[in-house]
Amino acid sequence: MTPDQGAENEVRLELNGITKIYPAVIANDDVNLKVRRGEIHAVLGENGAGKSTLMKMIYGVARPDAGEMKWEGEVVHVENPAHARSLGIGMVFQHFSLFETLTVVENVALALPGNIDLRDLSIRISEVSHKYGLPVDPQRLVHALSVGERQRVEIIRCLLQDPKLLIMDEPTSVLTPQAVRKLFDTLRQLAHEGCSILYISHKLDEIQELCHVATVLRNGKVTGDCIPSKETPESMASLMIGKELPVCQHEVPTELGEVRLRLNGLTVVSDDPFGTSLKNIDLEINSGEIFGIAGVSGNGQQELLYALSGEEPLTQNEPIVICGEAAGRKLPDARRALGMGFVPEERLGRGAVPQMSLAENVLLTAHGGGMLNKGMIQFEQMYEFTRRCIDKFDVKCGGEKAAAKSLSGGNLQKFIMGREILQMPKLLVVAQPTWGVDVGAAAFIRQELIDMRNEGTAILVISEELEELFEISDRIAVIAGGKLSPPKKLADTSIDEIGVWMSGMWPDSGKADAKSGERQADA
Amino acid sequence: MNLDIIESILFATIIAGTPLIIVALGQLIAEKSGVLNLGAEGMMAMGAVAGFAVTFHTGNPWLGVLAGMVAGALMSLLFAVVVLTLMGNQVATGLALSIFGGGLSAFVGKPYESEVLEAVPTLRIPLLADIPVIGPSLFNQQPLVYLAWALFGGIVWFLYKSRSGLLLRAVGESPSSAHSIGYPVIRIRYMATLFGGAMAGVGGSFLSVFYTPLWVEGMVAGRGWIAIALVVFATWRPFRVLVGAYLFGGVMVAQFFVQGSGLDINIPSQFLSSLPYLATIIVLVIISRDQNTVRLNAPVSLGQSYRPDA
Amino acid sequence: MLRLEPRAQPSQLMSYASPLLAIVLMLIGGLILFSALGKDPVEGFRIFFISPLSDIYGVGELFLKATPLMLIAIGLAVGFRANIWNIGAEGQYIMGGVAGSAVALYFYESEGPHILFLMIVAGSVGGMLWASIPAFLKTRFNTNEILVSLMLVYVAQLAVSWLVHGPMMDPDGFNFPQSRMFEESAILPILIKGTRLNAAFLFALSALVVGYIFMYRSFLGFQMQVAGNAKNAARYAGFSAKRMVWIGLLSGGGMAGIAGISEVAGPMGQITEHISSNYGFAAIIVAFVARLNPIGIFFASLLMALLYLGGEQAQQYMNLPSSISNVFQGMLLMFLLGSDVFINYRLTWKRG
Repeated sequence: MTPDQGAENEVRLELNGITKIYPAVIANDDVNLKVRRGEIHAVLGENGAGKSTLMKMIYGVARPDAGEMKWEGEVVHVENPAHARSLGIGMVFQHFSLFETLTVVENVALALPGNIDLRDLSIRISEVSHKYGLPVDPQRLVHALSVGERQRVEIIRCLLQDPKLLIMDEPTSVLTPQAVRKLFDTLRQLAHEGCSILYISHKLDEIQELCHVATVLRNGKVTGDCIPSKETPESMASLMIGKELPVCQHEVPTELGEVRLRLNGLTVVSDDPFGTSLKNIDLEINSGEIFGIAGVSGNGQQELLYALSGEEPLTQNEPIVICGEAAGRKLPDARRALGMGFVPEERLGRGAVPQMSLAENVLLTAHGGGMLNKGMIQFEQMYEFTRRCIDKFDVKCGGEKAAAKSLSGGNLQKFIMGREILQMPKLLVVAQPTWGVDVGAAAFIRQELIDMRNEGTAILVISEELEELFEISDRIAVIAGGKLSPPKKLADTSIDEIGVWMSGMWPDSGKADAKSGERQADA
Repeated sequence: MNLDIIESILFATIIAGTPLIIVALGQLIAEKSGVLNLGAEGMMAMGAVAGFAVTFHTGNPWLGVLAGMVAGALMSLLFAVVVLTLMGNQVATGLALSIFGGGLSAFVGKPYESEVLEAVPTLRIPLLADIPVIGPSLFNQQPLVYLAWALFGGIVWFLYKSRSGLLLRAVGESPSSAHSIGYPVIRIRYMATLFGGAMAGVGGSFLSVFYTPLWVEGMVAGRGWIAIALVVFATWRPFRVLVGAYLFGGVMVAQFFVQGSGLDINIPSQFLSSLPYLATIIVLVIISRDQNTVRLNAPVSLGQSYRPDA
Repeated sequence: MLRLEPRAQPSQLMSYASPLLAIVLMLIGGLILFSALGKDPVEGFRIFFISPLSDIYGVGELFLKATPLMLIAIGLAVGFRANIWNIGAEGQYIMGGVAGSAVALYFYESEGPHILFLMIVAGSVGGMLWASIPAFLKTRFNTNEILVSLMLVYVAQLAVSWLVHGPMMDPDGFNFPQSRMFEESAILPILIKGTRLNAAFLFALSALVVGYIFMYRSFLGFQMQVAGNAKNAARYAGFSAKRMVWIGLLSGGGMAGIAGISEVAGPMGQITEHISSNYGFAAIIVAFVARLNPIGIFFASLLMALLYLGGEQAQQYMNLPSSISNVFQGMLLMFLLGSDVFINYRLTWKRG
C-alpha cells in the first residue's frame, strides 16, 4: 500500500510549530505535520487531544496563534474556508455542516463560488456521485437523509471543487461496518488519483487498515509519527494515551434474575417531523445482565430513550413495565421512584444544568433521598451526597460547588453516572456511556457498569459504538428504522452480523427500512 | 350595504394593512437570519415621530419616510450591537428596545403633539382604477400601498430566487454550519436586522405622515407587536404575511363595518378597538395548536445568540 | 483591534458590577442628553436625581412609587427565572385595580376592615385571572405568552376605559370618565405622617421576603431555576413544565393585581383611565436590573422610582416632557443588557 508512484515525495501541506491557545486550554502546542501527494495521512488522538482544532485551522475556520502553514511549498495564511477551498482544501465535518431545511443541491451550491445554475449543478452532482460510488438524490431535503447519506453530500460537496487535500473528521463514527468499507474504497480511489487525505480518528484498527502514515497527538502535542501497517494496536495506543489500553474485567454471566424492564409492543408515532417512529418493540431485560442496543444514529434511539425515561410519556401505561409496574404514562421522577436510573446522551443541558453547581445537579434527580423537607431543600444532605459521589467516582472538579460546565466530558460523565448509581437503581438505562470521553474514564465507566450488573442490576446500554457493546454486553439487539431486532447472546454473534443487521436486514425483519448508510447503496 | 360602502371599507382595509405588511416583511427577513427583534413597536414609534418631524419641517412626505427609515435602522443598530456583538438576550433586549423607543418617541415628539400635516394625495393608476369597486379602493391609493406590493415582490424574489436569499435562510437555519463553510454570520445578521429596523421605521412613518396624519404619543398602538405575531401566523412565508396583514387591516377598521351594516346596535367603541388585539390572540392560538407547522417553518436558530469561535 | 475573548469562568464580580456599570452609563447618557437639549447638565442632574429627595415628603413619594414596582417585579421575577416571559403585568395590574375598585364601589357607604381585605383578595384574583389567559393558552395550545400577555394589556386598557365611561362612572361626576372617590374604609392606611406612603409598602417588603425563600430555599423555586437554565434538564428530571408556566404567570399576575390595589386604594383613591404610569413595564426593567434577585429588586425599584420622580421634577422645573423618565429607564436596561457581556467575556487588545 504505497502512495501514487512518481510524485511520492511531493509535499503538499506542511505545518510548522502550529499553536492554538483557548482561554482554558492549549489546544495545539507546536504541532508539525507533513502531508504528501496521494497520501492518506492519519491524525490519531483521544477525545480532546486537539485533532479537530488543528483541522479547523488548516481549513481556515480558526486561526493559529503561532506557527506557519505551507501549501505546495508556499507559506499561506488561510483567511477563511472559501480561501481554503480555492487553494484546493476540502473538509468533511464530524458534525455535518449541512442545512437541514435546504435541498442537497442548495447545500452544495452554498459551498461553491459564484452564482450557480441549480439544474446544471444537479447533473454534476449525479456525475460525481456515480463516479465515486456515492449515491444521493440532489433534489431531496437534507433532513430526510440518513447520516450516511449526509456524509456523502459533504464528500460530494468537496469533490466538486477538485480538492488536492480532503480532510475527514471522524468519518466512520456514524457508519455501519459495511458502509465503512465502502467509504474506504472511495478514499483509496481518491488517493490513487493524487488527492491527499487527512484522516482524523481515534480508531486504531481503521487507521491500520487505511492509512499510509500517522501522526499521533496527545494533549495538543505531537507524540510521534509512525507507519500504521508496521505498528501494533498496543504500540499506537501507548503513543496515543501514554500507557497501555485498559481492559475491563468481564466475568461470565451468572443466572439471570427477575425481569426489570419489559416492553410490550411499544409503538410511538414521532411528532417530530424529522424523527423516527417506533414500531412494535418487544423487549425483556433481567436483573444481572447488560443488554446492548446497537444501531446507526437516527434510527429511533432518541425516541426509544425518551419513551423509556418518561421525558416523552406515552398515552397508555401497558407498553412499558418497569420493575413489575406498568409505567408508560409516568413522568421521569415517578419512574425513578420505581427504581429506574437514566443517564442521557447529552450531558450538558440534559443530564446536568451547565450553570449550576454539582450539588444542585445532585438535587436534580436525587432529591428523593431525604434532601427535601416539606418542599424545602435540606442543604446538608445535598452536599453530603455530592461529596460521596465525587469521592467514590473519582470526579476531578473544583469541589461540590463547581459548575457542571467547568468539568471535562469524562469527569462530568463520571459524576452523572455516580449520581444515578448512588441512588441504587434496580434498572439503569444508559445512552452512549463513553461518547466523547477519554480512554481512562471510558474504562472506568465500563467497569462500573459491569460491577453493577454483577450486583444484580438490570442495565440497558444504547450505543453507536459497536466495539463498546461487544466489550460489555451479555445480549445485544439492533434498532433500525424504529424496529428492534431479536436479541442475540454475545457469544452467538459477531460484529459483522450485527453490522448487517444495522441496515435493517435481520431474518424475518420484514425489511426494517433502516435509515442506514446502506440504503440506496445499489441505486 | 351598497357598493360605495364596500368600496370605502376595502379602501380603509388596504390602508390599515399596509404598515403591517411593511413592518412584518422587514421582521420576516430579520427572523429568517435567526434574529428575533421584539422591538418593532419601539422602532415604529421612532419612525413615526422622525417621519412626522421631518415632514413637518420640510413639507416633503418622502423625506419624512426616509427619516423614518433611518430612525428605525438606527434603533435596530442599537439592538444589533447588544445582541449580535455583545451577545445579549434577544427577548430581553427587544423588550427593552420597545420600552426605550416608546419613551424616546414621546420625549422627542412632545413639541409636535398639536400639529397636523397636510394629507398626501392618493396616486391614481390609470385604467386599473376604473374597474368598479376594487379599482378605486386598490388602484387609487396612497403611494406607499403600491410600495408595499413592490416590497412583497422583491422579498419573494430575494428569498426564493437569489443566492443571497438562500444564504440568509442558511444562516438562520444553522449559523454554525454557515460559519464553518466560511460565511460571515454576524455581518449577515447585522444586515438583516438593519433591514428589519428600516422597514419598521417606514411603517411607523406611514402612520404619522400618510395615515392619520398627526403625531400622538402611543399612536403605534401595538401594531409592532401585531406585525411580529403576523410573521408567526404567516409561518414565515411572505404571501401569508400579505394576506394576514389585510385581514388585520379589516379588523382594525371594524367600526366601518358596523356603520356600514346599517344596523342600529350599540357596541361600545372600546370593544371594536380591542378587536385587533383579540384577533391576534385567536390567530396565535390557531397557528400554535399545530406545533409541527411552526417547527417546520420557523428558522431553527431564531432567537439564539451565536458567536463564532475564531 | 479590540476583541471580546471568552473567559474561562464567568466573572462573579462582573455579574454584580454590570448593573452598576449600566447605572453609570445611564447617568453619562443623561448628562449628554441634557447638554444636547441645551440644558445645564449639572443643574439637570441636580433637579432630576437630588431634588426629589430633599424632604421627608419626597422620600415618602420615592417609597410610594417603588411599592408597586417591587410588588410587580418580585412576581415577574419568579416567572422570568423559569423563562416564562409575562410582559403583560401592565394589564394584570389594571385588572387587579378594576376588581378591587369594584369591591370598593360595591361597599360604598359601608364600613369595616373586611372591605380592604376583600379589595386585596379581589385585586390579586383579578390580576391572576388576567394572567391565567396566557397561562392557559400556553399550556393548552403552546401559544407564545409574550405576545398574548402583551395584547391583553391593550385589551385591559380599553376595558377600564369602557368601565369608567360606563358602569363604574361616578353618577355625580359630571360625566368625567372616573369612578367615585372611595370611602375611608377602602383606602390603605398611611404609614408615616406627612407622606403618602401607605401600608402597601409593607406588603411589598413581605413579598420580597417570601419571594426570597421561594427562590433560594424551596424545591419548587429550584425547579423553576432549572427550567430557566436548561429546559431539557428540567424535562429529564421530570419537573412539570405546565406547572411552572402556571406558577410563573399567576405569581406575576397576582402581585401585579395587588400593586393595582396599592394605587387605587392609595394615592388615587378612585379608578380612572390613567390608573397606571407604565408600572407594569417599568417593573420588567426592575426585574432585569435586579438580576431577578429580591434584594436587588428592592434597590432597583427605588432607583426606578427616582427616575419617575426626576421626570416629574424635570417637567416642572426644566420644561421637559415627563416621558424623559422612560428614556432613562430604557437606557438603563439597554446598557445593562450590553454590559452583561463582560460576565462571560473580557476585552482584549489584539493586533491585526
